[in-house]
Amino acid sequence: MKPLLIFCFVAFSMFSYAQDKPSKNEKASLEVLGNCGMCKDRIEKAAISVKGVKYASWDIPSSQLRLVYNGLKTNLEKIEKQIAASGHDTEHHEAIVEIYDQLPACCQYVRKGEEPKPGQMTKH
Amino acid sequence: MIMYKYICIILFSLGFVNAQDLVSGTVYGDNPDNPLPGANVYWLSTDKGTVTNIDGKFFLQSEPDSAQLIISYVGFISDTLTVRGAQRIVHVLQSKENEDLDEVVVSQRKKSSQLSFLSTQNVLNVSSDELLKAACCNLSESFETNPAIDVNFDNALTGVKQVQMMGLPSPYLLFTEENIPIIRGASQVYGLSFTPGTWIESLQITKGAGSVINGYESMTGQINAELKKPLTSERMFLNLFRSLEGRNELNFHTKIALSSKLSANVFVHYNERSEKFDKNKDGFLDMPLSEQVNILSRFQYLDPEKGWVSFFNIRFLQDDKIFGQADFIPKSHKKTTSVWGSEIVTNRYESSLKIGYVSPDLPYQSFGAQLAYSDHSQESYFGLRTYDIRHKSGFANLLFNSILGNTLHKFKTGIQFAYDAYDELIETQTVNRIDRSVGVFFEYSYDSLERLNMILGLRFDHHNNVGSFLTPRAHLRYAFSDTSSLRFSVGSGRRVAATFAENQKLFGSGRTIQTPNLQSNDFGLAPEHAWNYGVSYLKGFQIGSVSFNLNADLYRTEFVNQVVVDWETLGQISFYNLSGESFANSLQLGVDTRLFRILDARFAYKYYDVQVDYSSGRMQKPLQPKQRYFMNLGYISTKWRMDATYHHTGSQRIPPTIVNPNGFESDAFGLINAQLTYIPKTNFEIYMGAENLNNERQARPILSADQPFSSSFDSSLVYSPVFGRMMYVGLRYNL
Repeated sequence: MKPLLIFCFVAFSMFSYAQDKPSKNEKASLEVLGNCGMCKDRIEKAAISVKGVKYASWDIPSSQLRLVYNGLKTNLEKIEKQIAASGHDTEHHEAIVEIYDQLPACCQYVRKGEEPKPGQMTKH
Repeated sequence: MIMYKYICIILFSLGFVNAQDLVSGTVYGDNPDNPLPGANVYWLSTDKGTVTNIDGKFFLQSEPDSAQLIISYVGFISDTLTVRGAQRIVHVLQSKENEDLDEVVVSQRKKSSQLSFLSTQNVLNVSSDELLKAACCNLSESFETNPAIDVNFDNALTGVKQVQMMGLPSPYLLFTEENIPIIRGASQVYGLSFTPGTWIESLQITKGAGSVINGYESMTGQINAELKKPLTSERMFLNLFRSLEGRNELNFHTKIALSSKLSANVFVHYNERSEKFDKNKDGFLDMPLSEQVNILSRFQYLDPEKGWVSFFNIRFLQDDKIFGQADFIPKSHKKTTSVWGSEIVTNRYESSLKIGYVSPDLPYQSFGAQLAYSDHSQESYFGLRTYDIRHKSGFANLLFNSILGNTLHKFKTGIQFAYDAYDELIETQTVNRIDRSVGVFFEYSYDSLERLNMILGLRFDHHNNVGSFLTPRAHLRYAFSDTSSLRFSVGSGRRVAATFAENQKLFGSGRTIQTPNLQSNDFGLAPEHAWNYGVSYLKGFQIGSVSFNLNADLYRTEFVNQVVVDWETLGQISFYNLSGESFANSLQLGVDTRLFRILDARFAYKYYDVQVDYSSGRMQKPLQPKQRYFMNLGYISTKWRMDATYHHTGSQRIPPTIVNPNGFESDAFGLINAQLTYIPKTNFEIYMGAENLNNERQARPILSADQPFSSSFDSSLVYSPVFGRMMYVGLRYNL
């Protein structure tokens, strides 16, 4: 019985710890521009490569990136910069044109303030 | 909205008439009532792709450079389909949440059977579509279109089939039903016939050491069956089956939605065979007279917002078999020497509860609990020999999933309790045994998101009859490209054999039983312990416009200790602890492809080298063909489904018997199974088919059939079908 109790205690403390100290499990949701599954892989990989990011999941229809990160180790600024460096515009940072241009055609999303060009991939 | 649909219909018809190379289709999430708008559909290794529209539909130019269409959607497992030319695709993605909670490695639907390029372990996914290829009837027949598993007849009397992986029989495989170990101990021999095929949603066949999470028992691999789920199953399903050889089956499923979060299923299965057949005129029934009632009720609760999911199952089974000489009547001849006959009466009750919680805030954390209890009783006699077994089994598994740093580094940890109580009556000897174990496990998995994946697992168990021991298991996958991956696995497994339950066919012989100590509750037989090592390679490539998947597997299972089953001495069967070596090497080479855009073809070659140091010296295991090959052709259209399988079984070593004191090598033979399904409406189909179309039969499956009470009587040495051709018809209807 003892191992069970210890296990339950450990499992429970992990949950409650997460709730008591939100700064270690900061949650955020932000818009990142992109189109397809290839974009999804790239955006998530860029986000998770930032030290302190625990979880990153980009939703294709809504373009929302859901993040869980350690607020003591990193911040949204750093994460957004890293994503922008991979070629995807975020709410506060834009990708540089040279990198954007190198994205595969399906990832050439319509940039903020621009109109879709003929033949350009869009989501809807 | 209506206008929009018309436009779609027009687009569809245009697509078919004009644009030869337009790929179109619909993508659904989890079930065909839930179209997914915004899902990504794109060609592998290209930048050509699209997203599905509001109705989940998409249109896409086919791509000369790629035949691999990737369908992905957040929260769902991405699937890769092989698509050639103009096609209409209906694809159901499976959500990741279900996968996490059920602990399935990877599962897919609508693709009938496929080796996974992505998972770290060597997993073959078999969907319900593939299961339809073997219309009849239960889990044991689900593997006949599948090269990873070999199916053999167990003996000449019961018609029961046994499965093997890597040249070793099913006790060395771990069978789980939704990740709860199920076919074990008393149910080892007949258990496969206790899960009707229509209940199964998908199968995951993992070759090699397996995961530490499901226990320490698996040695060669693991087969997991996912049953249909209350929330996603059809409202009503009816299946009727009749074979010309007197087997009748009925399956009826219904679904009751109790609320938006709670749903229930009732599955009813009935089968019977009341006609007597003795085609080979040896005086013995070729197939038993039988009757089975099997009822499962399950409940599913799902609250995706709060992150809770739960399943509760309760099941009852009764199975009766009568076999032996054709004029045997239990009432007048039971346990007399006038007529040889046998009866097996099985009653089984089981219940299980699963609860899973995924933290909505921290989606990488989840907690799961599995509890299961079963009570299995078998009362039987074989001629004058009695064998009764009652096996009560309890199982509890608590599991916690989370990450180390980020989601590239995941772990699963938990604690497991197992309890097995056996009461056996072996002829006149009663034996009781209780196995109790408690174990803790930790499994770390690493996903580089690129080339490398790794799973490292370790568990520590304490077992009252084995002692304390560690079970390490490791899997590694390296992808050279998206269509080329190499896997390694290594791991150990241990089990306490249920010696007589697993070798019941011995009772259908005149052989006397030798064990080190029949009085002791383990018969003087030590726990079994084996290591399994494997390497496998999977490669996708194209020749012209045809794409192929090529796989090569090499595995070795090496026993540290084994309960050796020795059939080599005349008139005797002996069980003893291994002294020396016992190993099973297996090689499998396979190719699958789609030809002429419509025909799925699969070919596999298997070589087995299974040797044991018997007390009389090292020999190839009896009744184990060294070579097998296998071919499967399948055709699917909206109205028709056709399927044909050819199995070739190489020669087998038949051990010496009183009738053939020198033993012999059996002849190689081939078997053809075929099936044709007509689908007049989407919810109604009729099928007909044949097993053993070429009417292959073993000349003399029962030795000394005319003297069933003599010591030379033997029904255990079956190397080819007892029964000839079997034809069947059936229908499926669902709402």
